[in-house]
This record gives sequence, structure tokens and C-alpha cells, in this order.
Amino acid sequence: MTPDQIAVNVVGLGLIAFIAWFFWMKKTAGVRAGLTSGGYQEQMVLVKGGYTPDVIVVERGKPVRLNFVRQESAACSEMVLLPAFNKSANLPEGQTVPVEFLPSEPGEYEFACQMGMFRGKVIVEG
Amino acid sequence: MARASETTTPSAPHPAVSATTGARDDADGPRRLELPVGGLNCGACAVTLELALRAVPGVRAATVNLTTARAFVEYDPRRVSADALSDAIRRAGYRVGTARKRWSLRGITCASSVRSIEKALSATPGVLHAAVNVGTEEAAVDYLPQATDLDRVKAAAASAGYPVDETPAPAGEDPLVKEATAREREYRLLMRKWWFGAAVGAFTMIMSYPWLFPVLGDWFPRGSPQLWYIWAGMGVASLAVLLYSGNQFFIGAWQALQHRSANMHTLIALGTGVAWVYSTIALLFPQLFPEAEFTEVYYDVTVVVTALVVLGLAMELKAKGRTSDAIRKLIGLQAKTARVLRNGREVDIPVEEVLVADVVVVRPGEKIPVDGEIIDGSSAIDESMVTGESLPVEKKAGDEVIGATMNKTGAFKFRATKVGKDTALANIIRMVQDAQGSKVPVQRIVDVVSGYFTPAVAILAILGFMIWYTFGPPPALAYATIVAVTTLIIACPCALGMATPMSLTTGVGLGAMNGILIRGGEALQTAQKLETIVLDKTGTITHGQPALTDVVTAGGVTEEDLLRLAGGVERSSEHPLAAAIVEGAVARGLTLSDPDAFNAVPGHGIEARIDGRTLLLGNVKLMRDRTVDLDGLEEHAARLADEGKTPMYVAIDGRPAGIVAVADTIKPDSVEAIATLKRLGLETVMITGDNERTARAIARQVGIERVLAEVLPQDKAFNVQRLQLEGKSVAMVGDGINDAPALAQADVGFAIGTGTDVAIAASDITLIKGSLRGVVLAIQISRATMRNVYQNLVGAFIYNTAGLPIALGLLYPFVGILLSPLLAAIAMSFSSVTVIANANRLKRWKPQAVVAGGQDS
Repeated sequence: MTPDQIAVNVVGLGLIAFIAWFFWMKKTAGVRAGLTSGGYQEQMVLVKGGYTPDVIVVERGKPVRLNFVRQESAACSEMVLLPAFNKSANLPEGQTVPVEFLPSEPGEYEFACQMGMFRGKVIVEG
Repeated sequence: MARASETTTPSAPHPAVSATTGARDDADGPRRLELPVGGLNCGACAVTLELALRAVPGVRAATVNLTTARAFVEYDPRRVSADALSDAIRRAGYRVGTARKRWSLRGITCASSVRSIEKALSATPGVLHAAVNVGTEEAAVDYLPQATDLDRVKAAAASAGYPVDETPAPAGEDPLVKEATAREREYRLLMRKWWFGAAVGAFTMIMSYPWLFPVLGDWFPRGSPQLWYIWAGMGVASLAVLLYSGNQFFIGAWQALQHRSANMHTLIALGTGVAWVYSTIALLFPQLFPEAEFTEVYYDVTVVVTALVVLGLAMELKAKGRTSDAIRKLIGLQAKTARVLRNGREVDIPVEEVLVADVVVVRPGEKIPVDGEIIDGSSAIDESMVTGESLPVEKKAGDEVIGATMNKTGAFKFRATKVGKDTALANIIRMVQDAQGSKVPVQRIVDVVSGYFTPAVAILAILGFMIWYTFGPPPALAYATIVAVTTLIIACPCALGMATPMSLTTGVGLGAMNGILIRGGEALQTAQKLETIVLDKTGTITHGQPALTDVVTAGGVTEEDLLRLAGGVERSSEHPLAAAIVEGAVARGLTLSDPDAFNAVPGHGIEARIDGRTLLLGNVKLMRDRTVDLDGLEEHAARLADEGKTPMYVAIDGRPAGIVAVADTIKPDSVEAIATLKRLGLETVMITGDNERTARAIARQVGIERVLAEVLPQDKAFNVQRLQLEGKSVAMVGDGINDAPALAQADVGFAIGTGTDVAIAASDITLIKGSLRGVVLAIQISRATMRNVYQNLVGAFIYNTAGLPIALGLLYPFVGILLSPLLAAIAMSFSSVTVIANANRLKRWKPQAVVAGGQDS
């Protein structure tokens, strides 16, 4: 192997390690949803190239309201799904769309766009 | 319904102070709210609702008045909102009559003002919820029409500094039109990007290989300075294409990176970006490349890939618009206005402002605006848009009408029972939307895969680069780059991600168009592999109401006389079978007279005097007691009983006169539907509380072999479970109320609904039209949809798995084939389009078999 080949392979392996770490080893702390006067756990979610925040922590047994605001026009994010709660919503650009559900069991529940490109999760604490 | 009012406690001595006259509330004082509630039909309901309201934190007192159907709530506005109260009522299972109105607001420019307007609007008494959209400069307000009026809400908006724009925005009012225009705008933008990319692309493609063309080859030989300048120009032009046509890929990739995730944008951005950077380095620093004479640029790859993927996006958008046609059609069914009686006058008002208990006037040819009950008049109503039933239905006073259906012939008035979010149509739309957004279980595997897919592809691309650089033929760097770029581009997981949702959306929509509401992907997937269908007899196979079926005469009495006398006598009876005889007699055009004397003999029958004659009507015991000789009639009675009917002997003046038989009649299309289910390979089982003989008789007529008779209602679920223990996948068809436990126990529960009660909790699939044909259709639709899903998945998967190794150059050592990045881009774009086109093909699906049998109703 010539020096340049060694260099390419070393850099390549380094990049692979970085990609694996960067995309698969991430740990997000998550945002705790605030409690409203109406007894809802409410959280605003910005839809723009992903969900911000994408990890939302809620308590079980109290109704949750996620207010999605989509600020982009890409077609893939026009719908958000919460398959575990059998909920979905169309997200017209710029409009706040509330999605409500009652988490009764602790666990992690994913929400995603229809094609699964954007993902986030709701962590229900017991 | 009286007007509701909302006042602060200090003004409690004048509770009648109307909200419309503008009693201003102190924001902090306790408030009293009067909410009209629908669905309160039992004494216990009032208590349930009171308890539910009192349980809401911040509520000081709550009372529910059953007769006026209203809830009075005293609450602390700092701790609980009116919205939360109406939510609590909804959660308890009742309805609140709310209206929704949208206004354009002028001058909203920044997002920060949204909160202040929403606050001002929400603080207006009677407003339950307000949401402001900066993008469309609109406010949407849910309010109690009884407790507030629109002027007051407008005043609230103006006081927050944003006057309401009164001029109605022609396109803005309708969310559908808005969605369509947004889509159209996005489409046109993408097409502009495509044309720009295509124009630059054609030029770059030719000039990248001028030596392949006769004249150009002479002008721009390889390695000549003039070609270098052309290529430098191409570099600038392709950068422009990346920045204009391809900006969404770079923006999307960057945003995804911030979330530490990768998606299709990441791959495209990386692929085109790497090609551009490589070309530019090769152009500016040729000395870095040992085999200088092989130095080529790949600006054509950058430009053409960008252009093709953008074109693919545009086509995808077009096709996607068609997929959600069903929901758009359903929303489009909604009536815009209603003619309502207010203060004795007919006024046309927007449909959102119709209240529960309003009297609505409908003329021939008009759309029925909301759900209700006819109080005056009759008509034929076309309900095909909601139930899928093609024949108009005759309706008279007391019958239910469904909003969005079309009045054909007569004029009538009806009382609104469900408005706004509670109408059958609104429920259907919500159910369809939820179902379209649900997931088919097979999708979960896809989700797991695609979660790892994109970074995995990036890793493969790097590995490919390393291997080609180390072991590949010269020019190694050029080959390695091309392999990496091609890999990144071909592996875009779009088609895989879209495969299931697209088919599901179309399949659920297809069901809705045929009067079948499918709860979600799971029901769809299970329905497709059912083996056994349990059918409840009463109300499912049969009408669920007895009707007169046979008249046998004896002793020279005519059929008319027999029926006329029997019908006349039975008019005084309260027995359920009596009504069937009366109705049967009336249906034959007979005029019935009233009996002079009437005596019911419990457990035996009746004895009466009518038209000067003595009439006995009842079972064999009655006849024996009165020593009536039943000579020959008993045979007929036995035959009728064998057919599952209930025969009743009639004797006139002590002599046998004949038999009238009543039975629960079979719905006209049950036989056909059951035959079709068998043809589809399903075992049919009938379940009923009736005795074995009656059950067998009905089963014979409809062609069912397996009968579970004498099953108590509470044991139906257990019987379904027993069938499941035989290792079968079992569906249960029944009505949603009595059979709820059995429906829930079954793998798929089909609820036969009627009229406006569509949101049936226990069922996986609801048939709006009360016919078994719906079961057949639902199973056929589920099979067609799942077939479509698998086609899409297999197509997308084969494409991705087959494309990747070719792109990585696995074929190169054997047959010398290396995939061009341009072909990869074409394949990638069209794979998504194919998946969507295949899903759209489902829409042309037509039910077979059931219709072919004809309708013998």
C-alpha cells in the first residue's frame, strides 16, 4: 500500500466511526412538557428539518397536548403520526396544530412524519 | 333552547345579563358558564356529568339540568379555561354545541404578537379556544354561539391591535383550496428549479465529453486550455444549480444534522456536493492527480442528479395530491349554509353557526346541513355519499337525517341534533384521517430498517471509496469518487418509506367512499387474513324486527278478512309481534276497525270481539282451551315453525280460520353476501340467542352450516374466543352496542352501524350502511390494499437492495459494469413515483362478485 492509500483508509475508517457515533450514539435529554391550567401537559414542537424538541418527557395519566408548528414547505413533513396512540394530523404550513392524547402506560412512544424521515419520541414516565 | 349566558358572580342577581349586551368580565373573578350539552338522555347522565365537571381542578360548582339539557359551571378562570371545561364534557361522553369561525387579521407580522392576540381572544367570554396563524394571517376561534357573539370577538381582536379584515378572502376560507394552492405553489417552484437544472445540465453533459461529438471534439480537444475555461464556466454554473435548484437538499441536510439524524436530503446533498468538490479540485489543482491525463470533471453529475431528483419531487407531489382525494371529497361534501328558523323567520346562516335544537328547513334538491331528526314533512334522501347506498331512502317525521346528504323530492323541517365536530360526517372525516395516519404493522419493520438506513449508506459509500481507491483500476481516485457518489444517490430510502403509507391512505379512502370506515392499518392487515366470520343473527343477517310473512286460511275465510280482523284486534295489543301483524295488514291496503272488546290471555294469546264476531288469536294452548278443532292447520304451523317463523292460530266464532305467521326477515342481500364470503374462502358462523330450530331455519335460508344457537348475549365474546382457540383468525359482525364485548374479543370487529352513529368504539371496521355486503367489500378492500402494500414494499426493497451492490461496483470485476450516477438519479426519482402511482392504481379498484349477483331488494 502506498502512503496515500494508507491515508485514505485511515481517514475513511475514522469517518465511519464518526458517522456511527454521530447518528447512532446520540442521547438527548428531552424536554419536559409544561403543565397548563387546564390540566394538560403542553409542548410546542417546531417542524423544520426535524422536530424541535424531538424528545418530550411527560407524566403518565395526564392528557398531553403537542402543538405542532410546521415552518417549511417540504412535502414529507406535512403529516405527523403517533402510531401508538392512533393519532395523526395534517400540518398546514405556519398553522399551530394541536395533537392530544392520554398516555396511560409508561414507555417510549415514537412520533414521525409519514415517510419516517423525521422522528421524535414521547417518553412517558410512570 | 334558551340562550346561555356568562356572567361574573358580582352580577349574579341579574343572571339574565346577556353576553351579547357586553357585560364585561373581571378577568380574575369566578365565572359562571352555562353550556348547552347534547346526549343527556338518562337521569344518571346528569349525575355522571356533574361529577366529571366537579373533578376538573378549578371548578367550584357544577350542576346539570336534565330537562333544559344544560350544565351550569362556576369556575376560577385563572385555574381552568372554558376550553378545558368543554373538553371535560366531551371526555365524559357528551357533546357541547360549539361553533368555529375564521377571520383574516391584518398586520400580524411577527410570531411574538400571536400570543397576545390569542390571549385577548381567549379571554372573551364564551370563547373556548383561539389559534392564530401567522403564515395565513388568520385567527380560528371556537366559541359558544349562545354565550358570545361575533362582534364581541372582533372587538377583542381590535383591542389587541389587530382589526379583523371583513372582506372575505375567496380562496382563504376553504382549507382545502388553501392546501391545494400551497401544493400548486410548491409544484411550480420545483418545476422552475427543474427547468433551470435541466438547461444547465444539457450544456454540461455535452461539454463534459466534447470529444464524443464531431465538431466540438476538434474545437475543444482533451487537455486544451479552451476546454479548461469551458469547464471552469461549468463549475460556476453547476454551483448556481446547487444553490438554486438544490438548496432544499442542503438546507434539509443541515437541519437534519442539527438533530443528529440523516435523511434523503443528506444523501443527495452529500452525493452532489462530493461530485462538485472533486471536480473543482481536479480543475484547479490537476497536479494533485498523478495520472493527469485522466483528470475529468463531474459537473454533469452534480447538475443532472440535482435536476432529476427535483423533477422526481415534483412528480411525487402531484401524485400525492391525488392519493388524499378521498378525504378531500368527504370534506367537500359539507354544506356551506343552512336555512334555520329563528324568531319565526327563515334565515340563511353559515353552517358553523347552526346550534343543537335549531329547526332547519330543507327544500327539494338542497343539501342537508347537519344531523337531525325530521319533525315535519317527508322526502326521499340520497345518502350515497355517506353510506354508499345507491338508492334514495324514504324518510318521514321521526326519522334521522344525516348532514351532507342530498334531499331529493320533498321539503321538510328537522331539528338539529348534532352540529359542528359532532356530526356523522365530521366523525367520518376524523376517523378516516386517523386511519390514514395509522400504521400497517408491516411498516414497523420498515421503520426499524430506515432508522439505520441512511447512515449505513453513508458508511457503505465510504467503504466503497476506500476499496476502489486501494484495489481499483486507475484512475483510482476518479473511480472511487464515482462509486461513492452513485452509492449515496441510489440508496435514497424514499420509495421504501412511502410504500405503506401511500397504499394505506388510498385503501382507507376507498373504504370511506364505499361506506366502510376502517379504524387503521392494523385492522386492514388483520382483515386480509381472516379465516372465520361470526355473524350475529338479529340485526345483522336479519332486519331485527318481526314482519308478517305468511297467511294460511281455512274454513272458507278469505285472506283479506282474516288479516283485517286479526290486524284490527292486534291494534289494541302491545305485544311486539302484534305490531308486525298490524303493519302487514296495513301494507296490504286493508282498513282496520277497532275491537269492541279485548282480553289478553297471558301466555296464550288474545280473545276479542270485532265487527260483531268473536276472534281468538294465539298459540295451540289457547285453541285447545277453547276447544277449537285445528284440523289440518297443525301441519302448516309445524312447517312454518321449521322455517323459523312464529305461527299464530286464528279462530273466528269458534271455528278455525287460519294462521298468521311472523318472523324476523332476512335482509335482501344477506344470502348473496354470505355466498360471496364463502367464495372468498371464509368460514361463516351464525351466532344467536334464538333456539336451535329457529336458528337452523335462518341459517339454511342464507346458506350457513355452522350455527351457535341459544348463546346468551354475555357469552358471545366467550364463543368468539373458543373459535380463536381453534387457531383461527376470527371476525365478528354485529351491532356496536350489544355485541361490543364480542367485537372487541374478535381479531377484527365489524360494527353494523345505522344512520349518524358512526363512531363505534369497539369496532375495527364500521359499516355505515347496515348490510352484510359491506363485510364482503371491506374484506376485498383490505386484501386489495395489502396486496398493494406488499407490491410496493417488494418493489422498493428489491430496488434498494439490487441497486446498492451494482452502485458499489460488485459487478465490475466480473462483467465490467459500473452504474452511472446519472442512471442512479433517474432510478431513484422514478422509484418513488412508481410507488405512488401503484398506490393510486388502487383507487380504480372496483368491487367484484357482490355487485355481479344483482340486487334483489
